[in-house]
Amino acid sequence: MRNRFRGAVKTVITAIMMGVLLLAVNLGAGQDQAYQAPRTADGKPDMNGIWQALGSANYNIEGHAAGSSPIVELGALGAIPAGLGVVEGGEIPYRPEALEQRNKNGENWLTSDPALKCFMPGIPRATYMPFPFQIVQTEEYVLIAYEFASASRVVYMNRPDFESPFDTWMGHSRGHWEGDTLVVDVTSFVDTTWFDRAGNFHSDGLRVVERYTPVNSGVLMYEATIEDPAVFTRPWKISLPLYRRVDENMQLLEFKCVEFAEELMYGHLRKGADVN
Amino acid sequence: MGSRDENLSRPFLTAIAVVSLATVSVLSQTQNIPEDGSVQFLTSWGEPNLQGVWDFRTITPLERPDEYEGQEVFTNQQVVDFEEQVAEKNRDQPPVEGSTGSYNQFWFDRGTRVTGDQRTSLIVDPPDGKIPSLRPAVTKGMDVDSTSSESEVGSRPVRFAVGGVGADGPEDRGWSERCILGFNAGPPMVPSAYNNHVQVFQVPGYVVILNEMVHDARIVPLDGRSHLPEHIRQWKGDSRGYWDGDTLVVDTTNFTANTASFNPSLVSSIGSGETLHLTERFTRVDEGTLLYEFTVDDPTTFTREFTAAIPMTQSDEPVFEYACHEGNHGMFNILSVARAAERQ
Repeated sequence: MRNRFRGAVKTVITAIMMGVLLLAVNLGAGQDQAYQAPRTADGKPDMNGIWQALGSANYNIEGHAAGSSPIVELGALGAIPAGLGVVEGGEIPYRPEALEQRNKNGENWLTSDPALKCFMPGIPRATYMPFPFQIVQTEEYVLIAYEFASASRVVYMNRPDFESPFDTWMGHSRGHWEGDTLVVDVTSFVDTTWFDRAGNFHSDGLRVVERYTPVNSGVLMYEATIEDPAVFTRPWKISLPLYRRVDENMQLLEFKCVEFAEELMYGHLRKGADVN
Repeated sequence: MGSRDENLSRPFLTAIAVVSLATVSVLSQTQNIPEDGSVQFLTSWGEPNLQGVWDFRTITPLERPDEYEGQEVFTNQQVVDFEEQVAEKNRDQPPVEGSTGSYNQFWFDRGTRVTGDQRTSLIVDPPDGKIPSLRPAVTKGMDVDSTSSESEVGSRPVRFAVGGVGADGPEDRGWSERCILGFNAGPPMVPSAYNNHVQVFQVPGYVVILNEMVHDARIVPLDGRSHLPEHIRQWKGDSRGYWDGDTLVVDTTNFTANTASFNPSLVSSIGSGETLHLTERFTRVDEGTLLYEFTVDDPTTFTREFTAAIPMTQSDEPVFEYACHEGNHGMFNILSVARAAERQ
């Protein structure tokens, strides 16, 4: 009897444990179950649309407290909002001399940031500037058009051997799909773009591997692994969500900022400017 | 028994339906051959496929030269002669005394051929191949170094691409010298000195026109939405598209007063973009040709509308980044030289 009772208890316990296990497996499956993005005609996740980052990575991709405006006249409206940062692990692994350069860049932001002059912002910075961008996803190419400076780049899909003949501001982009993730390998950069307004920078040896993954109908998770052995001691990663702009009649508008930067760049060369 | 027949026949019919749908779908993804034998290229969602990199280099003049008056198309011999004449003209010439000169021919890429249709002018309407006459008192502009008549120069805003009305500040220079717009990209696109390339992308709901000059992606919604409110104006206007049979029609308004109704050349402008209504038509006429037509409709400037046609040819070459403003040493030099000259 006792043995039979024990046997029954064992069976019940086993059954319960299996049930728990099954439940756990089910829950796990529920959590892991990837969001199924709508498909394009060629069966890939459809990322067509207008997207934009939120947050303050634009000011500083590392975590930072709020700070005063570098332009006195702008007062509170020009002050820097705080942010938790988008760098995995919190800090960018600079080489010591590069860290010094970054700090110098940050102190001289108002005279040194290339984007002040409406220069194309480079990658990844274009992704999290406070402007929308549009993904136009065809089978052979993914065009990414950014509102800031009317910058754009063409991602060449499945052409790993296509090298750029020269260095570029927006990089040379080659893409492929890994499951539902669009992976873009960006190389051939000039050394004259920054990552943010805090002076985070790179050399012309920069390589950025971006990963765009749809997590629901309104959000793409964006990850970028940054490699540049001349500036950083190891590759490092940023990640941030990109939100779909669902505003009625949403469209990219012109932000041809060249004309907004002309006074800054050429004002001292105007007729009469040297008389004052 | 009857019901069993039904059960048998249903999957059979379904199979036939699936096969025929698959056939239709395979056909529609590649090409659809109508009875007249013409080939239509379609996207996988069934729209005419205009995608690719298109080359619009040509030496065919915008307006018909007087010597070809009344003649719409070159004869084969005239093509040979005309191409030779232009090649001769485009050869490097000794520098003109007192002129700083410009790029030598190495830097130009205007093409060496007339368009495939052998027309004597890009303008196809009016039938004389000329820009129509203007309304009275239309504002015109002309690069100061390209004319001896001071009255032709005009003033700011400088609505032409290259050159300027002076060098007092950047606004005295053309919008292409300022690197705000590319000199051949328009809209409308007009063949010019170099980088005459455009890449067309299509996704359901949009066509995108990416001109190499200056990395501008003109994103054209096809969903029938209305134009931007009248007071929101843009250098490249505001484009909306729709299909007229196999032709993509792009309707553009909301231009600013900083561009022209039309630029007869890189160094001249007529009227203001504010009143321009531009219609562009893109037709894939065969595998290697995209026919581009544009109609300039601006009754404030011109006594009638006019249309130009440019057959663009497919290119295997990629479109590269044209970092114009980032490398614009020219603007710095023009202004600083002008200041230095004043000090002397």
